[in-house]
Amino acid sequence: MKRPLAAAAVNGLLLGAASITLFPLLWMLSASLMATGEASALPPPLLPDHPSFDNYRELFAHGGLWRYLANSVFLAVTVTLASLAFNVAAGYAFAKLRFAGRERIFRMLLGALVIPGQVAMVPLFLLLKELGLVNSYGGVIVPGLASIFGIFLVRQYAQSIPDELLEAARIDGASEFRIFASIVIPALKPIIVTLAVFTLLGTWNDFMWPLIVLTDQSLYTLPVALAALSREHVQDDELMMAGSVVTMLPVLLVFLSLQRYYLQGLLAGAVKG
Amino acid sequence: MRYQRAAWWFVGPALAVIAVFFFLPVLAALALSITDFDIYALADLHNVRWVGWHNYVALLQTPLFWQALGNTLYFVVVGVPLSLAASLGTALLLNSPAARLQPLFRTALFAPVVTTLVAAAVVWRYLFNARYGWLNYALGSIGIAPIDWLGDPHWAMPAIIVFAVWKNFGYNMIILLAGLQAIPAELYEAARIDGASAWHQFRSVTLPMLSPMLFMVGILTVAGYFQLFAEPYVMTQGGPLQSTVSVLYLMYEEGFKWWNLGSASAVAFVLFVLIFCVTAVQLRWMRRSSLA
Repeated sequence: MKRPLAAAAVNGLLLGAASITLFPLLWMLSASLMATGEASALPPPLLPDHPSFDNYRELFAHGGLWRYLANSVFLAVTVTLASLAFNVAAGYAFAKLRFAGRERIFRMLLGALVIPGQVAMVPLFLLLKELGLVNSYGGVIVPGLASIFGIFLVRQYAQSIPDELLEAARIDGASEFRIFASIVIPALKPIIVTLAVFTLLGTWNDFMWPLIVLTDQSLYTLPVALAALSREHVQDDELMMAGSVVTMLPVLLVFLSLQRYYLQGLLAGAVKG
Repeated sequence: MRYQRAAWWFVGPALAVIAVFFFLPVLAALALSITDFDIYALADLHNVRWVGWHNYVALLQTPLFWQALGNTLYFVVVGVPLSLAASLGTALLLNSPAARLQPLFRTALFAPVVTTLVAAAVVWRYLFNARYGWLNYALGSIGIAPIDWLGDPHWAMPAIIVFAVWKNFGYNMIILLAGLQAIPAELYEAARIDGASAWHQFRSVTLPMLSPMLFMVGILTVAGYFQLFAEPYVMTQGGPLQSTVSVLYLMYEEGFKWWNLGSASAVAFVLFVLIFCVTAVQLRWMRRSSLA
């Protein structure tokens, strides 16, 4: 008897929760199309009177947004591709190849997961300064080339590759690199996509390290540029909303199109405990 | 089985990067924290001197450090339970057999997690606006007087907590949802036959089955919330009256604004030790309660 009521309550609550998560995003989109000053009226308007792309035009023409967008795309793609090469190779080796100290090294890596990355930031800055990488793309790329989490993720998955398959290829005289390229990589494809999405989103959204290591404005990524712009343009709500849309939209689209892989990675990473 | 020399070609590059750009800096941070490395040392390394525990002692005598520590603990102690409650609540709703359009709702609820933190913080700064923000407008419609969210030292941290919960709860929601789906249906069946109410089923089946996962998620969330930085950087710049300066924010200002790199390393290390101890205590607590 109470069933329909309970069902209505569950769906009503879900609808309420979803409106809370989506409202700020939808309002950002709407306000980005408003004229200057329109969003700060009372009561706050839901939709623009005369939707226009003026804010976007302004940001791209005078705000240097092309530059930041290009920096973000370049860094996210480079870090993703390069770190995939490092992490997939290492994760596979930890799972399937024999070498001295394998278990010990792996346990040490896992233990190091408790160290927050920020502890390393000050000396890392000095190290990169010595290497001449501060205030360059390299300063963002190099520390991101390998990650313990990525190695861990690939190792978990690579353990399911049957040893017989690798042995058979070895007996046929294939080199380890040949085996890696023609057997291992195809077998690891799903986890490679997962790790790629994770790294891409993580690098794109990263803020603290790029903020520290990139001092030249022409090298800023979108989040760093947006933070700087929003400190200058405290009053330009609509302009900042447009900047937020440009910053967020690419990652939201990547997530929506590859959601399955992303959520799998999230769950695989969660069982590490 | 024979050892494979080729293996080092596979692990070598990644291990080298992690050793040079992570392990080395972590060790160097410890060394740096007992020096007076500052802007003069940045110019000429000969200006560095060992100062022993001085940075740590000085830190403990700095009121701002204690304030940052207090602010961070406030954020963790209030923010983590609220986050977990939102995650568990939405996971239970999504897992309910009555829930319609489950994949759609799941995506909608998870969306904030993948948004760029800085951009989302910029949006929320306007939602929190005291004069024309949507939050005060919504509260006003149910008769609550406007609150100066980001301008009042008493409200700035709560505002940041509200934002952080919105941004983060979806992550744990997905993990807890997977945990809920893994609970065998027979357990609920048996409870129902025994005449257990919905609340009773939750207390005697769901919670015990979910508790190891809930603990794990809680421990990771606590460690993550200790690393508060971008939210105050974008929304409040540590203010008003330093009510939102977090430990990491202090480290950033000390290190990269004032270039007191020795003292910044000490701040980073205190944070690390704090997270380490809190995690260890929680793990112990978890083991004890799972034995009981």
